[in-house]
Amino acid sequence: MNKIKERGMKIVFMVAACASVLAVFLICLFLFASGIPAIGKIGPLEFLFGTEWRPSNDMYGIFPMIVASIYVTGGAILVGVPVALLTSVFMARYCPKKIYRPLKSGIELMAGVPSIVYGFFGLVVMVPMIRETFGGTGTSWLAASLLLGIMILPTIIGPTESALRSVPESYYEGSLALGATKERSIFRVMLPAAKSGILAAVVLGIGRAIGETMAVIMVAGNQARMPQGILKGLRTMTANIVTEMGYATGMHREALIATGVVLFVFILIINLSLSLLNRRAENAN
Amino acid sequence: MQTNAAALNSQVNSKKRNSSSLTDQLRSYLRHPGSGILAFLTGLAAVLTFAVLIFLVGYILIKGIPYLTPELFSFEYNSENVSLMPSLINTFIMTVLTLVIAAPIGIFAAIYLVEYAQKGNRLVKVIRITAETLSGIPSIVFGLFGMLFFVTALQWGMSLMAGICTLVIMVLPLIMRTSEEALKAVPDSYREASFGLGAGKLRTIFTIVLPSAVPGILAGIILAIGRIIGETAALLYTSGTVAQVPNLMGSGRTLALHMYVLSSEGLHMNQASATAVVILVFVLVINWLSGKAAKRIAKG
Repeated sequence: MNKIKERGMKIVFMVAACASVLAVFLICLFLFASGIPAIGKIGPLEFLFGTEWRPSNDMYGIFPMIVASIYVTGGAILVGVPVALLTSVFMARYCPKKIYRPLKSGIELMAGVPSIVYGFFGLVVMVPMIRETFGGTGTSWLAASLLLGIMILPTIIGPTESALRSVPESYYEGSLALGATKERSIFRVMLPAAKSGILAAVVLGIGRAIGETMAVIMVAGNQARMPQGILKGLRTMTANIVTEMGYATGMHREALIATGVVLFVFILIINLSLSLLNRRAENAN
Repeated sequence: MQTNAAALNSQVNSKKRNSSSLTDQLRSYLRHPGSGILAFLTGLAAVLTFAVLIFLVGYILIKGIPYLTPELFSFEYNSENVSLMPSLINTFIMTVLTLVIAAPIGIFAAIYLVEYAQKGNRLVKVIRITAETLSGIPSIVFGLFGMLFFVTALQWGMSLMAGICTLVIMVLPLIMRTSEEALKAVPDSYREASFGLGAGKLRTIFTIVLPSAVPGILAGIILAIGRIIGETAALLYTSGTVAQVPNLMGSGRTLALHMYVLSSEGLHMNQASATAVVILVFVLVINWLSGKAAKRIAKG
């Protein structure tokens, strides 16, 4: 009796463990099965590199959206990475012990704030600010990149700080003993030693930025055309799906799902490079 | 008196020492201006990061709290009074049911990975890779999948159930990973002692290993609650946006969706900011709780 119970539960545990395998399998199956035929019908080249998105005229080119996703993410990296790196240096090396705990939970809070709240903040604070300072409508590439730059801060700071902390203290002391200043030791010795961990953190931030949906929709303007400047609106792939899925039917709907497939492939590539980087970081230690 | 004077004296001394090391530091920065600039930038970045956080939280609280009126919590939603009560109840239902499904699966999966799987097992490798992949997928892709699978293929229509199942897949890797870490942190001597007393494997797991891993598992579940409450993109086309408390096969919006609909319509921005306050309070409480759970782990 006991043996049957032990065996039975082992199988239950194993089935539960396979749930994630089943989930990934189903996600791939349903996305690709619904999206790839549409890409075939439109023509892969027209779909990926067509610059006109006019569903009412049966023109489905998502090149503007791909470019917009890359631009917005690039901008977010430019804004977020320097601040995040310096903040992690502060957290790992400068922060007085007394205020470390509250600051750390502040960063955790930042990671926990939902994207819809960030989006709302962007909409009621940043967009009017950009409108008043630079003119235009305010909903723009700049607003999206600034907001995403803020949102990826905690994503990058967490892993970067632990990468910095895992560098042996002897590196730092050795550098000090050679007469280097504290800053020189941190930025020329510690940071290069933590390189692969930091790179993995940045890739994680890229993944978060490119997949972000709700916050971007609220501040980016969502015009389906090639990006025309930093103060003009643009539409990312994620925004394309959400803004039009509500009323799309037939070919239009399939083209939107196909947009999701392209986004999914982007994410898979980012995930793959992330796990490669993580393996390298583990080997380096 | 004397002790007081001595204390004062030592205090003055330590202050002197502090200020002299500070001037030393400044002098060294004058000699190495590059270092000084870097130190300044580092401090500036940290101040910037936390200023943004404080501004964000403060702005939303100050903007939204005045609009937290009793009408906002009435049970009936209509176009004049965009009550958040139905969404609040839906959020609660979805959080509970998602966890009821996701927590056992996630914890059982972690038990398999930690207690049963042999090293180098090919299945384990596949499970790990897929869990890693799942945790990197953005919520809009989960939303698309939920729409294609639960809503369309299984013909559930836009419903709470479709939303719940989509969320289960989304939080599963999070619960799996945190539970796995919690189980791994239980010392092997516990298991050996239990085996030594004649307990079977199953009994050891449920009476010895799991109870000692509870704080870690709880921390993961709390994080999952946070993700469920804030989720929008995955629910927009799975649970839908109808402002009512439906049965499980009907469409209903959560708080985050309520906020999205209000702010994208643009007619009830004040009520949207009040909803933001409610969500933010939840997030603050969740953060506080997970911090507490983490402290209990640290204590052992």
